[in-house]
Amino acid sequence: MTTLTREEQPEVIDLDRVTIRFAGDSGDGMQITGTQFTRTSAVFGNDISTVPDIPAEIRAPQGSLPGVSAFQVSFSSYDIFTPGDVPDALVAMNPAALKVHLADLPKGGILVCNTDEFNESNLKKAGYTSNPLDDGSLSAYRVFPVPIGTMNSRALKDVDLTAPLKDRSKNMFALGLMFWMYSRPLETTIKFNEQYYGRRNPVVAEANIKSLKAGYNYGETTEVFAQHYHVPKAKLPAGLYRNITGNEATAMGFLTASKLADRPLYYGSYPITPASDILHALAAFKRFGVKTFQAEDEIAAIGTAIGASFGGLLGMTGTSGPGIALKSEAIGLAVSVELPLVIIDVQRSGPSTGIPTKTEQGDLLQCMFGRNSAAPVAIVAPATSSDCFYMAIEAWRIAIKYRTPVIFLSDLYLGVGSEPWLIPNYGDLEKMDANFATDPETFKRYARDPETLAPPWAIPGTPGLEHRVGGLEKQNITGNVNYEAENHDLMTKLRAEKIERIANDIPDLEVFGDEGGGELLVLGWGSTYGVNRTAVQRSRTAGLSVSQAHLRYLNPFPKNLGDVLSRFKKVLIPENNLGQLQLLVRGRYLVDAVGLHRVTGRPFTISEVEVKIREMLG
Amino acid sequence: MVTIDRNGSDNIQVLSRKDFVSDQEVRWCPGCGDYSILAQTQRVMPDLGIPRENIVFISGIGCSSRLPYYMNTYGFHSIHGRAPTIASGLKTARPELSVWVITGDGDALSIGGNHILHVIRRNVDLQIVLHNNEIYGLTKGQYSPTSPLSKVTYSSPMGSIDWPLRPLAVALGAEATFVARSLDIDPHHMVDMLGRAHEHRGASFVEIYQNCNIYNDGAFEEFTAKDVRADRMLFLKHGEPMIFGKAEDKGIRLNGLKPEVVELGKDGVTVKDILIHDETIEDPTIAFMLSRMDYPEYPVPVGVIRAVQRPTYNDLMDQQLAKAVETQGEGNLDELFRQGDTWQVEEE
Repeated sequence: MTTLTREEQPEVIDLDRVTIRFAGDSGDGMQITGTQFTRTSAVFGNDISTVPDIPAEIRAPQGSLPGVSAFQVSFSSYDIFTPGDVPDALVAMNPAALKVHLADLPKGGILVCNTDEFNESNLKKAGYTSNPLDDGSLSAYRVFPVPIGTMNSRALKDVDLTAPLKDRSKNMFALGLMFWMYSRPLETTIKFNEQYYGRRNPVVAEANIKSLKAGYNYGETTEVFAQHYHVPKAKLPAGLYRNITGNEATAMGFLTASKLADRPLYYGSYPITPASDILHALAAFKRFGVKTFQAEDEIAAIGTAIGASFGGLLGMTGTSGPGIALKSEAIGLAVSVELPLVIIDVQRSGPSTGIPTKTEQGDLLQCMFGRNSAAPVAIVAPATSSDCFYMAIEAWRIAIKYRTPVIFLSDLYLGVGSEPWLIPNYGDLEKMDANFATDPETFKRYARDPETLAPPWAIPGTPGLEHRVGGLEKQNITGNVNYEAENHDLMTKLRAEKIERIANDIPDLEVFGDEGGGELLVLGWGSTYGVNRTAVQRSRTAGLSVSQAHLRYLNPFPKNLGDVLSRFKKVLIPENNLGQLQLLVRGRYLVDAVGLHRVTGRPFTISEVEVKIREMLG
Repeated sequence: MVTIDRNGSDNIQVLSRKDFVSDQEVRWCPGCGDYSILAQTQRVMPDLGIPRENIVFISGIGCSSRLPYYMNTYGFHSIHGRAPTIASGLKTARPELSVWVITGDGDALSIGGNHILHVIRRNVDLQIVLHNNEIYGLTKGQYSPTSPLSKVTYSSPMGSIDWPLRPLAVALGAEATFVARSLDIDPHHMVDMLGRAHEHRGASFVEIYQNCNIYNDGAFEEFTAKDVRADRMLFLKHGEPMIFGKAEDKGIRLNGLKPEVVELGKDGVTVKDILIHDETIEDPTIAFMLSRMDYPEYPVPVGVIRAVQRPTYNDLMDQQLAKAVETQGEGNLDELFRQGDTWQVEEE
């Protein structure tokens, strides 16, 4: 290979945002590759947003279409809210990856293909009758065929590993190549390999680092690439940052809440995709005094959490949609006994088992109404991955103050997606008070705080407060079992009113855009925040009268929601469901809100929302 | 029993059964076996040496599950079948509490079957008291998972076609460390069993034969009636031969793997041939055999069938937390937040 002279060095082009998708076989290490690219870009100072695309099958046959795993990362020199609609560059480690992801790559996009895997057998598995690298079908793209496997094994010829193990480093070669293409430093990934494999398996660390450097050097020294790119640092608010996934932020937020309340955290959970990461994270927090209980089923999981809350700990459970269905009766019990409790729902595609590894917003109405009789609970919904941290603390603030179950409504996209997190100082966060009842003279289990309507939290071990609670209707004030008509009517209304009063205690809904009102308001909740924000931003730049508001509190709604809605002529509610918030808003405020409904297992693309905005203002 | 009064250490308060009677009116049918179980439960409490505020009764749904309302302790009447889960959560959250699960044959073995298996195998330090009346009483007379085959009820007018479970065998199959049985009409025996259940560290499982005089009257009478009890029941005592009968003239002998009833003095049988009861054998074979012995082929065994030691779930959980602090130090949130790669964005 010839080395280029100085004059022939590839041109460096400044870009303000790039989106790359790494796609390969599920055994090819695409998630690690994507994560490493993300860490490097984050440490470099770009704003980032990521989303993995993991196959539903754990080990689908090698080279097959269902076995394709992908990771998309978007990095930029400005504040970004989504991992990008479409990639600028696609790295396809085999024909199946190309087949699955090519449709998303715009014409003119960069396509790096690992030619070693484009053999007859793999082409056939991917359903190609001829090799797309040779038959001209990729002529609309900037194709870079690279024999990644071959180059990688050459680079590792002196490393003491078997050929198959050497081959596993080829993702690092691809990563190195992309680092060169986008002018990224190698240090973060080198450090990761040293720390992660260094002690246990130094030969693997050595192989990975060699592969990484070989990929980078390949980019630098070959004539294949005439250009490479540079994305300057983003201008984020000053402070210390780290990259964080929604599930990590969720686990840390709940841990932080327990420290702020000075009560140990108790997490009862049954493994379920995509909520298990939270169980794993909390199980690793034992030195913080966190107790985790892997239960025999979803019902037992919430049962243990209710038991822990009865005992004065911060009892919580976490699951996904099917688990919420199983927990319904127990949530109703917690409503009836009025104990603090937090239930995490990391939503996934349904109904039933659905598509466990794909995202959806289908559980809002289940969380609102999915219990027998009137059993209102508070619902909070984080808007971004890092917002999960703050809404987790909010969930406990509300649960403790109002002695109520609170559902923390996240979704797969938020849970596994990542973004930079401005690291807070623990000391700056507001403390909470469990405020246990202790006085036997004044104690009545169902006497209520006049402002919040919250009853006392009286925990076993407190002398003189011995009492019985349960799921039977109880008499107002005393808590004795009571079946009288007027009492039941009163208790039903008190339970509902208590939840409604939380609205006095949460921030007003903010409007991004024209606070005084305008033609169109795009209203959303949960993970659509980034897409809606970007679509609204772009439309405003194009001169349209459109604003955005995003609900992080779904029950009760912020007090000013009705007022905000009334300031706009039209309201659009994009949701990854068939119109659940739309139904609530229309029913509650008699506003003719229009829905945009996509249930693809993926987040909206920005352009889907933009097109709808234009259509409504056209 | 003597306990420290809540108002000061030098003010000694003696608790009696009455201190454990709540102000709620008991609403079981007159003549129900549950009255006796409630009375013996209240009677045993003062002897446990635990302040009243540290005792918690948790139940599911059913007639038996009303019991916590009548105990002047902390209590939680939960949802059908789920009491073991709430009790597991409470006990692991607050191991210093004495936590009792009150359940019935339908609550524990039908709708709550899964939880009963898992709470027992985990060996959470709880007392589980199963009121077995072999019927659904609260829902007015349907066959339960312990009702005998062919039982005629409102939901089985031609006789039940469900094969019944044996609660003690289920517990043993779930790796129980403590298994006992008692009966509503023998208060002294029941007090003894409840005390033993409390003494045991781990999940203690006690089945109590309880007569439902409305929907299943006399279900156990043919062997529990006073005049026949001695001949038809086997009162197990640790370290003693399994002898029964009014004249203490009958015993259980092992014939290979099968128990057989023999008469002492007949065919050369002496007390040396009789199986000695040992609660503490790790191997559950004999305990399982006892759990399946039924009248009329055998006398019905009552007493502590098995009591072996194994670490409790709540102790193991606390040990892990302590070890984590010991090896990694107490957690610091600011350090946790800053773990991994971080980067500083400077003021413009």
